[in-house]
Amino acid sequence: MIVAKRKPLKEIAEMIAPFNKIAVIGCRSCVAICLAGGEKEVKMLISALKVKNKKEGRKQEFEGLVVERQCEREWVKEVEDKILGSDLVLSMACSLGCQTIGDMYPQKLSFPGLNTGMFGVPEEQGVWSEMCVGCGNCIIHTTGGICPISRCAKSMLNGPCGGSANGKCEVNLEVDCAWTAIYDRLKLQNRLDLIEAVTPAKDWSTSHAGGRRVYVREDAKLVPHQKKGREAVQ
Amino acid sequence: MIAGSNLEKVLESGKFAVTCEIGPPQSSNPEPLVHHARMLKGVADAFNLTDNQTAVVRLSSIASGAIILREGIEPVIQMTCRDRNRIALMSDLYGAAALGVKNVLCLTGDHQVFGNEKGSKNVFDLDSITELQVFDALRKEGKQPGGEVIKDPPKMYLGCAENPFATPYEWRVSRLAKKIAAGANFCQTQCIYDMDMFAKWMEGVCARGLDKKIHILAGIMPLKTVGAARYMKNKVPGMIVPDHIIDRMKSAKDQKEEGIKLCIEQIEAFKSMKGVHGVHIMAVAWEDIYPRLVKEAGLLPRPVL
Repeated sequence: MIVAKRKPLKEIAEMIAPFNKIAVIGCRSCVAICLAGGEKEVKMLISALKVKNKKEGRKQEFEGLVVERQCEREWVKEVEDKILGSDLVLSMACSLGCQTIGDMYPQKLSFPGLNTGMFGVPEEQGVWSEMCVGCGNCIIHTTGGICPISRCAKSMLNGPCGGSANGKCEVNLEVDCAWTAIYDRLKLQNRLDLIEAVTPAKDWSTSHAGGRRVYVREDAKLVPHQKKGREAVQ
Repeated sequence: MIAGSNLEKVLESGKFAVTCEIGPPQSSNPEPLVHHARMLKGVADAFNLTDNQTAVVRLSSIASGAIILREGIEPVIQMTCRDRNRIALMSDLYGAAALGVKNVLCLTGDHQVFGNEKGSKNVFDLDSITELQVFDALRKEGKQPGGEVIKDPPKMYLGCAENPFATPYEWRVSRLAKKIAAGANFCQTQCIYDMDMFAKWMEGVCARGLDKKIHILAGIMPLKTVGAARYMKNKVPGMIVPDHIIDRMKSAKDQKEEGIKLCIEQIEAFKSMKGVHGVHIMAVAWEDIYPRLVKEAGLLPRPVL
């Protein structure tokens, strides 16, 4: 899932200071699961902002809302009147949600309440870690199911580097060295021959390095009359 | 001969090679490099110029190499993958070759978190092994990874580093084999303090016959103080400093002298260790010690080939 973190209260307060009527819109998808921007976090943020405003003698009006998936226009549409009736949208979704609102209502301001961090997984309650950078050309069948692009600090294709000590990464001693993990996994699977071979330079053109990616599935696209029908239903 | 560098000639003739490391200054002043070059002439077969080592911004390794070349000593240019993509790495390789550089050490590079520009964005388009592979294909066929075949490709003598003291230990011989397969001609190891562990790694290297395919230069870093030894033991990941070294430094009357003595003993041991074809000495910010170290280790005069 997409893992995000709420911005510090001070930064949010400064960002929204010039505005009076603020719609704080959360999302029930990834950011709710990672405890950053779900229903509960929207309520908590509004309470904190109200307390701060009271202390500092500032008046602002907040409305808390949550949509199912802020990155999909159909769900955002459900709160359209609230968006249009506000001075500012403070999005508590990931950047995708925040930008979707911005793209749908370009005349409105949609500000990010979260810092979007990564594609990650919950390791345990309260701990999330990065697993993928979306390079667009997955190779984990050759690396014991462990992604070296996201999990190695240097994205090495032929690791480990000389800085791994006791199976930990030199950049952060709390974090496992991806290539030690790959080595251990392949050894367990009796597939160590896989890392004996040199993996050649990666073609990064499928990643963000190749520019903004737009994936098109022609077979899934709606033909004009289907589009019309869909619009009529909405 | 591939590049015809002095280092290549010494190693290929079977002589015990000596390389030393020079850290370029943290400024645009070439004087320290000129000073070192004049002082170190004839002391080693080639001199490594580090590439923004530990991610601290310094005068570029290629410019430093050109400066010491002018003074008549041979550089080994270190080129890391941290700050440049394959376009810049190849371009710089062509530039280095045009300036007369013949030895290149391919490194992935220290992460920028250790340096003085922690907020910088790293590149790591390649890693040390793919860098070797790209440079090797250039010198063999003039072929760039994108398919372009160039005229007059740089014929570099290619080096790599390897660290027998980083986990997983049992993978470290195989990793050297990968570097050989990718095109490395020589290998300068991480600094060695644990001689037994290094000897064990070398046994593994020789058992696979890798010592016949690559020239290994054992890495040495003279210790100035017991504090430095402790720092390396406790703070530098992938570095092993045994307790007996710490104890020996601690109880020495003159720690600096003890550090030098230790180095000379190590060099003596490396001279007769199977598969070790030379030493690489890294006296960080202590370049003045090289002439004495090399002389007392009985490695002077250097061969003229």
